[in-house]
Amino acid sequence: MALAFDEYGRPFIIIKKQEQKTRLRGLDAQKANISAGKAVARILRTSLGPKGMDKIVQSPDGDITITNDGATILEQMDVDNQIAKLMVELSRSQDYEIGDGTTGVVVMAGALLEQAERLLERGIHPIRIAEGYEMASRIAFEHLERISQRFDFGADNIEPLVQTCMTTLSSKIVNRCKRDLAEIAVRAVLAVADLERKDVNLDMIKVEGKVGGKLEDTELIYGITVDKDMSHPQMPKRIEDAKIAILTCPFEPPKPKTKHKVDIDTVEKFETLRDQERKYFDDMVQKCKDVGATLVICQWGFDDEANHLLMHRNLPAVRWVGGVELELIAIATGGRIVPRFQELTTEKLGKAGLVREKSFGTTKDRMLYIEHCANSRAVTIFIRGGNKMVIEETKRSLHDALCVVRNLIRNNSIVYGGGSVEISCSIAVEVGADKYPGVEQYAIRAFADALDAIPMALAENSGLQPIETLSAVKSQQIKESNPHCGIDCNDVGTNDMLEQNVFETLIGKQQQILLATQVVKMILKIDDVISPSEY
Amino acid sequence: MAINRIFKDEASEEKGERARMASFVGAMAIADLVKTTLGPKGMDKILQSTGRGREVTVTNDGATILKSLHIDNPAAKVLVDISKVQDDEVGDGTTSVVVLAGELLREAEKLVAAKIHPMTIISGYRMAAECARDALLVKVMDNKLDAEKFKSDLMKIAMTTLSSKILSQDKEHFAQLAVDAVMRLKGSTNLESIQIIKKPGGSLKDSFLDEGFILDKKIGIGQPKRIENAKILVANTAMDTDKVKIYGARVRVDSMSKVAEIEGAEKEKMREKVQKIIGHGINCFVNRQLIYNFPEELFADAGILAIEHADFDGIERLALVTGGDIASTFDNPESVKLGHCKIIEEIMIGEDKLIHFSGVAMGQACTIVLRGASHHVLDEAERSLHDALCVLSQTVNDSRVLLGGGWPEMVMAKEVDELARKTPGKKSHAIEAFSRALIAIPTTIADNAGLDSADLIAKLRAEHHKEGCTAGIDVISGTVGDMAERGICEAFKVKQAVLLSATEAAEMILRVDEIITCAPRRREDRM
Repeated sequence: MALAFDEYGRPFIIIKKQEQKTRLRGLDAQKANISAGKAVARILRTSLGPKGMDKIVQSPDGDITITNDGATILEQMDVDNQIAKLMVELSRSQDYEIGDGTTGVVVMAGALLEQAERLLERGIHPIRIAEGYEMASRIAFEHLERISQRFDFGADNIEPLVQTCMTTLSSKIVNRCKRDLAEIAVRAVLAVADLERKDVNLDMIKVEGKVGGKLEDTELIYGITVDKDMSHPQMPKRIEDAKIAILTCPFEPPKPKTKHKVDIDTVEKFETLRDQERKYFDDMVQKCKDVGATLVICQWGFDDEANHLLMHRNLPAVRWVGGVELELIAIATGGRIVPRFQELTTEKLGKAGLVREKSFGTTKDRMLYIEHCANSRAVTIFIRGGNKMVIEETKRSLHDALCVVRNLIRNNSIVYGGGSVEISCSIAVEVGADKYPGVEQYAIRAFADALDAIPMALAENSGLQPIETLSAVKSQQIKESNPHCGIDCNDVGTNDMLEQNVFETLIGKQQQILLATQVVKMILKIDDVISPSEY
Repeated sequence: MAINRIFKDEASEEKGERARMASFVGAMAIADLVKTTLGPKGMDKILQSTGRGREVTVTNDGATILKSLHIDNPAAKVLVDISKVQDDEVGDGTTSVVVLAGELLREAEKLVAAKIHPMTIISGYRMAAECARDALLVKVMDNKLDAEKFKSDLMKIAMTTLSSKILSQDKEHFAQLAVDAVMRLKGSTNLESIQIIKKPGGSLKDSFLDEGFILDKKIGIGQPKRIENAKILVANTAMDTDKVKIYGARVRVDSMSKVAEIEGAEKEKMREKVQKIIGHGINCFVNRQLIYNFPEELFADAGILAIEHADFDGIERLALVTGGDIASTFDNPESVKLGHCKIIEEIMIGEDKLIHFSGVAMGQACTIVLRGASHHVLDEAERSLHDALCVLSQTVNDSRVLLGGGWPEMVMAKEVDELARKTPGKKSHAIEAFSRALIAIPTTIADNAGLDSADLIAKLRAEHHKEGCTAGIDVISGTVGDMAERGICEAFKVKQAVLLSATEAAEMILRVDEIITCAPRRREDRM
């Protein structure tokens, strides 16, 4: 490492503990970064597409996740390299923003980095490459807009939406019953969607899973499920037209938060306290009863005595309901969450048509279904499956599907999948490149090559000859000027994605290109990596 | 420094063939481990715990074996998981599901070696599983409407399930026990209300089903040992010093006399509570929590039988059988429902005294008392009986029944073979492999019984080419026999669950092409 010396020959300390840090500069730094980014992309490359493979990720505690979802793989992978972390961030932000295409974005970024490496070797300055990429991404972005199509659906015509969901689900393990799951996802989103404002609050869709049964038993419940049972075994298991009191105060003796001391020094005091305590329980239950509640849902526990009193007064109750569930119940039933018994009034009660307890399998598992709620804008997707990993994976897949439907409701433009858009963009970028004089032209061409990486990976994963297939499709697109030609992954016989009904959302694709370009630009601009050495 | 490490130290990554190999090997190792326990002549395993005492379990139950293993291989974990789920969901078939999944993977390995893409294998397996299920659906028998036949079906299923367990010597006895117990549930699947009490001593044959309820507790000293026409109050309340629960309250006194006063008040409070309880007009009081000496004495004085520390399940079941409420406050005796039973008495089983409630109002719960030579025998007997009870309770709800003894596998294999012949493309190899994996189950059963499996399976297959065949392997006589005649039955639900979860698990493992292992979390070394 270069050291600076002052006039007496003593070294200047520029970085603290300089000797103990490793430092990479210039081209070396860029190359190292690029190779790290590529390594991450390489891991995900085989997961792309309907025939993509899964990965097993074993967590530090020995638990296993089997998944195909790019964001999940990267998140669980526990990477150490800084650049690899950037790639993880990249897929995460795609996940937050769009929810789907998390694998694609990383593969894309990897391809861009690979191309950049070649340009660097030719001596092109990284900033020029970055600028070229920026221009190219703009061309691709606009081209996407041009080839996108409006796409009509309504509350009664959900078929197109189901088709899109099926595209998303077909790359996951659940593709055995993708039709059912796609319908569930679409119904769920439409139930909570505000079509006027084009807004969907995905928090209103709860995805619950329970091991056992089979995937086909997965159902959509227009209501809420709570993984709890009645606090007392003899309470009724089925309540119709329930009026629900939603409480965040425990059925327990009061525990004032301010510091206090109650000293018992006489017999009288002892007795008054005792009486008060009894009265307190009585009052609590009576209060609930008075406002007309027929079901109490409480965030906290019950004292044995209170529990009995509730049972005694024929007031079914559920205890230890989590905060999030409580909120959902409140929203769904139109009730208010009441923090004190004194504030309980009839208006604050939630209403539900039916509350029932359902038991599963041979173990004692029971769940509470709250259905026909006053406000139907809260739904639950209840997943069943052979084992824990299938359920977890189904949850992730459904989340992707839900996001896709939401994106379509926000913006109903679609593009065709199966790599067709990437090929079409690549052609457009290639053509556009010639208009730019200067070194950037090379970078733009490289961008076009990088775009080919996705259809190439798709073809490879589907067991097709990647180069042959890609060039055939590309020439077909140009010849027929049909941007819908893609890779025929499922061996259907046609490569027109319009006929195969393989769509993706426009914003998803645009986002992929923009995010990938941004991250690559960022990586290219780094020319110095200083990291604490391990010794 | 050109190549960077992406992962942390100690993390590893396995790719492609190697990853697939690791998962195949792991899964097959697990399957082979439990393979020898399959079937009526399957062998048991001894499990020794690593904990203190080195406790030993002897078992034949797949789920129990797998649950106790510490496994590091990810694919093996998937198999352990499916067996656990099978146990939770249907209770039986925990070994079969693992063996089938293992066989599916073994076949898949050969196909992968023959350069067939895993995705193609998966789609073939899927078609085959669908076809196999349809084949079973066609052949299924349902005797729900005919109560007499249904009961005999249940009996057969129980016998079939038990025949592979330690109880096989007395399977008729135990099958009868299990069927009686399940019929009492009247369609509910809540096995909690069947209590199993294990008492070492005697032989397995001495086990019995008690129509009433047996509580493994002693009666307080000086209290009546036998009560007729008992009125029972089931309670969950503190009967020790009843604390003031208001937070922060504490006793703070400055002289001895005051202590005595307060103590007196406490006693008075307890006495009041006891009086209230007695005021319910009861002659038996069962509490979930401890009853201290003082209240116990009061109860004894009033001639009331007080039973303390009955655990949660105990009181819940008691409430269920006697039809009483579980009470925690005692201010309004008129509205608390009391439980009733004809006789409460102390009985002796072996050397232990137990409390027996007979002539209960509602017969929804019952108790099975297991006797046996040692704890290990009893534990295994309990597990076997639990399996039988689970299967029966599931069958009560879904009354479809199949024949056993490898018959369903042969039926499925035949249909799947047909399908393979009709299917063009590489998939047909996978479908054929599926049928081979199915046949592996009867093969294993025959092998475990020391029979000539190749010969038997060939005979069986020939038999199955006739229409309406009911042939299966009769392990006892070592020949191919008519399963319908021998009364060997299995529940459809179990078979279906085995088929579907095994396929699902195999599919999951096949799809993997990379294993990433994170660095193990560092534990603080306390040594």
